[in-house]
Amino acid sequence: MKYMLLIYQNPATWRDLPEPDRQAIMADAGALIAELTGTGEWVGGEALADPSTAKAVRVRDGVPAVTDGPFAEAKEQMVGYCIVDCETPERAVEIAARWPDARLWGMEVRPLLSPDGVEM
Amino acid sequence: MNGLEDLLRELAPPVLAAVVRRYGHFDLAEDAVQEALIAAAEQWPDRGLPDRPTAWLITVASRRLTDQLRSEESRRRREETALAAEPGTPATVAAADEQTADRDDTLTLLFLCCHQELSPPSQLALTLRAVGGLTTAEIARAFLVPEATMAQRISRAKQRIAAAGAGFAPPPAGEWADRLAVVLHVLYLMFNEGYAATSGPGASRPELAAEAIRLTRAVHRSLPGDAEVTGLLALMLLTEARHPARTTADGSLVPLAEQDRSLWRPDLIEEGTALVTGALTTGPLGPYQLQAAIAAVHAEAKHPSDTDWRQILALYDLLERVAPSPVVTLNRAVAVAMVNGPQAGLDVLATLEGDDRIARQHRLAGLLAHFRELAGQPEAALADYRLAAQLATSLPERRYLESRAARLAGHG
Repeated sequence: MKYMLLIYQNPATWRDLPEPDRQAIMADAGALIAELTGTGEWVGGEALADPSTAKAVRVRDGVPAVTDGPFAEAKEQMVGYCIVDCETPERAVEIAARWPDARLWGMEVRPLLSPDGVEM
Repeated sequence: MNGLEDLLRELAPPVLAAVVRRYGHFDLAEDAVQEALIAAAEQWPDRGLPDRPTAWLITVASRRLTDQLRSEESRRRREETALAAEPGTPATVAAADEQTADRDDTLTLLFLCCHQELSPPSQLALTLRAVGGLTTAEIARAFLVPEATMAQRISRAKQRIAAAGAGFAPPPAGEWADRLAVVLHVLYLMFNEGYAATSGPGASRPELAAEAIRLTRAVHRSLPGDAEVTGLLALMLLTEARHPARTTADGSLVPLAEQDRSLWRPDLIEEGTALVTGALTTGPLGPYQLQAAIAAVHAEAKHPSDTDWRQILALYDLLERVAPSPVVTLNRAVAVAMVNGPQAGLDVLATLEGDDRIARQHRLAGLLAHFRELAGQPEAALADYRLAAQLATSLPERRYLESRAARLAGHG
């Protein structure tokens, strides 16, 4: 079963962290990715550029309205994601809890919808 | 070149068995056989089939393996090994190995790949590669993960088998039954993965259901008297028979009661029914035989209203005694509802409430919705259909549940 782990951060507190703390977070994330690659659970992931570079796009009456900034105003913003393929939802939560951002901000674990299905 | 591909997959287990038997090193031997299969797929179409294809593959794989073992040895700067001193070159021993290869090789390899140290997904992946002869890229495509992820999973599985010190031999008599149950479970999972696959973005996915049937046939050839092996093969054939009717052109799921039964495959129904009938008379009774028997009762009904639900209920009663699980109870509830009415079905489902193994599963909510709809409680049914759609983690199943909810809400 595949899960997307959404990584949330407060960009202001990230910016204000001492450099060694930022480096420790990056190193912890790197070590966890290496571990999950080793177990064959790592499917992929990406980091996102700062939310201030985001464009929110809405189409109304066929007209696209594009605004600067993220879609939702919130202190904590999605800054990246990873996708893992693991056996149980408990395991996905366990991985999320070990992601360094979970200690300072938060993670969201979302099951992916499978394209497969069985008739009822 | 589908014929060649089929031939190579057929030859993969005896070739791997021969190489492992001679040299050990299951993990490296498995890589060497994959390379030999790839070499054959490249060379045979141009140069023609060799006189003895099995011997050709054993020779090529053995050469790759011995080359690799030698280079590893020299890298470690050790003395010449016993390996180099072993009598006979790969080319001359291949003929002898070809003779000793027998049909039980597939079964022995299955025991090894379904080693109890491995998780079910790892057992499944390794079985597809080492016994099924699929490439890592094909297996990755089947499970919709990147090739690197699947390669890692397979190589880790092989390392675990090596670490466990498992040799190329059938399990001891005392473990035989438990180990065979694991093999059958892996084949069952493989079939279900394939059966659940829908068209759409994954249209190029390899046919895991066909592969599961092929491997289960091989086990059945080795153990023709095992009633559960026969039962599993029958279950697969009878389920696969419905495949052409289970989805519409746009990938929507069609429930059993609404399927066009003229699309069901009579050849598979006939074979599966004959197999399960034979197995049930030889026994001992087991869950695969019972599930196959249930599938056979469905298959013999030309129209849903002809279904012998009393017989299905009797079979589910037996199944619940032999192999109790919340999923069996869920399915038994359907039979109870068909025989004794929707309220009786709801009473069975009530026994599952609070069971953590199934409480948050969309199938329970979906079935509650169905029974409440039949019992004339449309509002409760609508709420349950909506809950079921929320809980579903399958896109086609969610679409189906949403459409049922929309129909009840009067805008479907």
